[in-house]
Amino acid sequence: MAKQMYPTPMLDQLEGGPWPSFVTGLKRLARDKDYVVDLLGQLELSYKTRKGYWKGGTVGVFGYGGGVIPRFTEAKDEHNKPLFPAAAEFHTLRVMPPAGMHYNTDVLRKMADIWERHGSGLIAFHGQSGDIMFQGVTSENVQPAFDAINELGFDLGGAGPAVRTSMSCVGAARCEQSCYDEATAHRTVINSFLDDIHRPSLPYKFKFKFSGCPNDCMNSIQRADMAVIGTWRDNIRVDEALARKWFAKHGMNEVVNDVVARCPTRAIRLKEIKDLDRSAPSVSTVALGDTHGLEIENRDCVRCMHCINVMTGALAPGKDKGATILVGGKRTLKIGDLMGTVVVPFMKLETDQDREKLVELGHRIIDFFAENALEHERTGEMIERIGIVNFLEALDIPIDVNMVSAPRTNPYVRMDGWDEEVARINAKKQQAA
Amino acid sequence: MAQPQMRRATESGVPDNKQFLHPLLAKNYGNWKYHDRPRPGVLHHVSHTGDEVWTVRAGTQRQMDVWTIRKLCDIADTCAEGHVRFTIRSNIEFMVSSFAKVGPLISALEASGFPVGGTGNSVSMIAHTQGWLHCDIPGTDASGVVKALMDELYDEFRREDMPNRVHLSTSCCEINCGGQADIAIIVQHTKPPVINHDLVANVCERPAVVARCPVAAIRPALVNGKPSLEIDEKKCMCCGACYPPCPPMQINDPEYTKLAIWVGGKNSNARAKPTFMKMVAAGLPNNPPRWPEVAEVVQRILRAYKADARAWERLSDWVERIGWPRFFEKTELPFTKYLIDDWRGARANLNASTHIRF
Repeated sequence: MAKQMYPTPMLDQLEGGPWPSFVTGLKRLARDKDYVVDLLGQLELSYKTRKGYWKGGTVGVFGYGGGVIPRFTEAKDEHNKPLFPAAAEFHTLRVMPPAGMHYNTDVLRKMADIWERHGSGLIAFHGQSGDIMFQGVTSENVQPAFDAINELGFDLGGAGPAVRTSMSCVGAARCEQSCYDEATAHRTVINSFLDDIHRPSLPYKFKFKFSGCPNDCMNSIQRADMAVIGTWRDNIRVDEALARKWFAKHGMNEVVNDVVARCPTRAIRLKEIKDLDRSAPSVSTVALGDTHGLEIENRDCVRCMHCINVMTGALAPGKDKGATILVGGKRTLKIGDLMGTVVVPFMKLETDQDREKLVELGHRIIDFFAENALEHERTGEMIERIGIVNFLEALDIPIDVNMVSAPRTNPYVRMDGWDEEVARINAKKQQAA
Repeated sequence: MAQPQMRRATESGVPDNKQFLHPLLAKNYGNWKYHDRPRPGVLHHVSHTGDEVWTVRAGTQRQMDVWTIRKLCDIADTCAEGHVRFTIRSNIEFMVSSFAKVGPLISALEASGFPVGGTGNSVSMIAHTQGWLHCDIPGTDASGVVKALMDELYDEFRREDMPNRVHLSTSCCEINCGGQADIAIIVQHTKPPVINHDLVANVCERPAVVARCPVAAIRPALVNGKPSLEIDEKKCMCCGACYPPCPPMQINDPEYTKLAIWVGGKNSNARAKPTFMKMVAAGLPNNPPRWPEVAEVVQRILRAYKADARAWERLSDWVERIGWPRFFEKTELPFTKYLIDDWRGARANLNASTHIRF
């Protein structure tokens, strides 16, 4: 039995309503732990005063420089004594999840037991960083808690100016849109950076995220310094049986308005069966019934996923799959939100050798970032400052028109190297031919 | 005194997920053919081998006590097959090998207070941050805001009644850890930080703080004979970026820390390219424990979107069709001068055309 609860009239109001309540969960923990009684006391104070009361500090585990988010209370009386002493230290362990966030109940129960023994008993599945957040542990218990989690086969994630914990979608494990083995790519890349995760020494954070198709369920384009997004090069595949089944259920209005009209590049057309061009190598066709069918000019298709999302199975990504690599995505601080932009339009990710190329690209980018970014500058901001061409040339990544949405719109550029550049590109073309 | 022997970490990194996969997921890895949704909250995946797997998705509070985790495990062991996964929006998914298990699993989840839904054209769980519970710089809470809003959106989570999926996020400072979303709720400070000059010299690395300011409004200064920092309050746009590296520059304020609403963020490449969200409302009070003013604006936007958007239009697609004037008209939100961008690249957001809907 823990000590008497503080009155929490404001938090109590978050116990009503149908959605699961974290306050009810905290109160259940507070029955056994003074730690959580005092946490609720401080949280209620925040609700009353509309202020936060945690400050950072330095807490870690033996051998690592990161992965623990230290929190010390600032809710203190006039003698500088904590108002809620049992919860004066409330650190978080960031723990890397398995790719796709798959678990069995055995491992979840073991995590719960560890955290009940060493910590507050509060775990977030998952934080915005992708980590399992083991929230609430005293400085003294950080090491034994980590030891137990580590013995279970899990490891700390990143914090501070480090390579960070990554996320990947459910992908090949349960999704027909998967264009590469997300889990293996995720694990191979991240586990090649463990030193940079555990010992923060970069200018600022660096995040990888892995999405299996352009639906980008991991939001990698706006959250990752390096986004690996699945795509394909060949024709959209079709399945006539599923297409007919879809059409029988949804009808012509939906074909026209929800599929054909929503194609961003008008690559998809509705035609009478007799007019379908079944001979062109870049065209996919599928009958919807006995009168009409769809015709897709794959050279015009930008692999946006819309028609495939609507007619799942009837239409599917091609077989020549791989990924597009985009660099520079980030949140607001400091120059505003940036989306990642294309640096590699396509790379295969099927074999260990393919993945080795991805790992090598990641390492080259991070080496360049470590050498050239200013303190607290993200990769996207660095590229904004130095220019994408300088970035690409430094990394020896060939310029590709897929990297831009349009060529330049103003003449203010020094161009006396034009002829050499054209000659260089032509020589390269000849060499490749 | 001898140091105690410290255990050396096993730098094992990301664990292999194969050990946790449902057997049918492991067996059909990379070989799925299509999926459909028999009802909201349930996915049905069919593999090229003909194998089928059903997934039941339920909402959680994300910040879970061990008793909640054990309850979910009990449900997974008794009504499902012992394998679960979490989505990026903190929903939990239970995979089962037969449709007969779906009904009892749903009943067990809902009887224990976990709403089944969050699939397809629903309003899914809100991606959120740590807030007053654990962050060192929060302008507001996260879990509480989310709980209050999800109580209101409970039915929309359990249905698939929206034109397309709706992703929400909340962020308790302007860094926006919650991320891009169809509708996002983000702290917006409205006054410059209040500096405690007694503490700056001891707590803050001053050049680093000066460098952190996005508008170069901070400079070193001697205040009352002590080395400190001062702010050009005409330049300062109250982002709070100086507060994390320098806590004596307090940005949070019970009254002047407000909330803003943003709409139209989209990460997916489907149809239009991914889009950033746009600010459409501000000045909302930071009003715990249930933030009713925020909920009211979110509901208003959702109602207008639900009533007017066409099938498959995400919020950004809908606005693209109807235009911003009609968005503000339909949501009855005031369009003010503060919503005209003046940050870098702002001209791209001006209307350089005669495209006007009358």
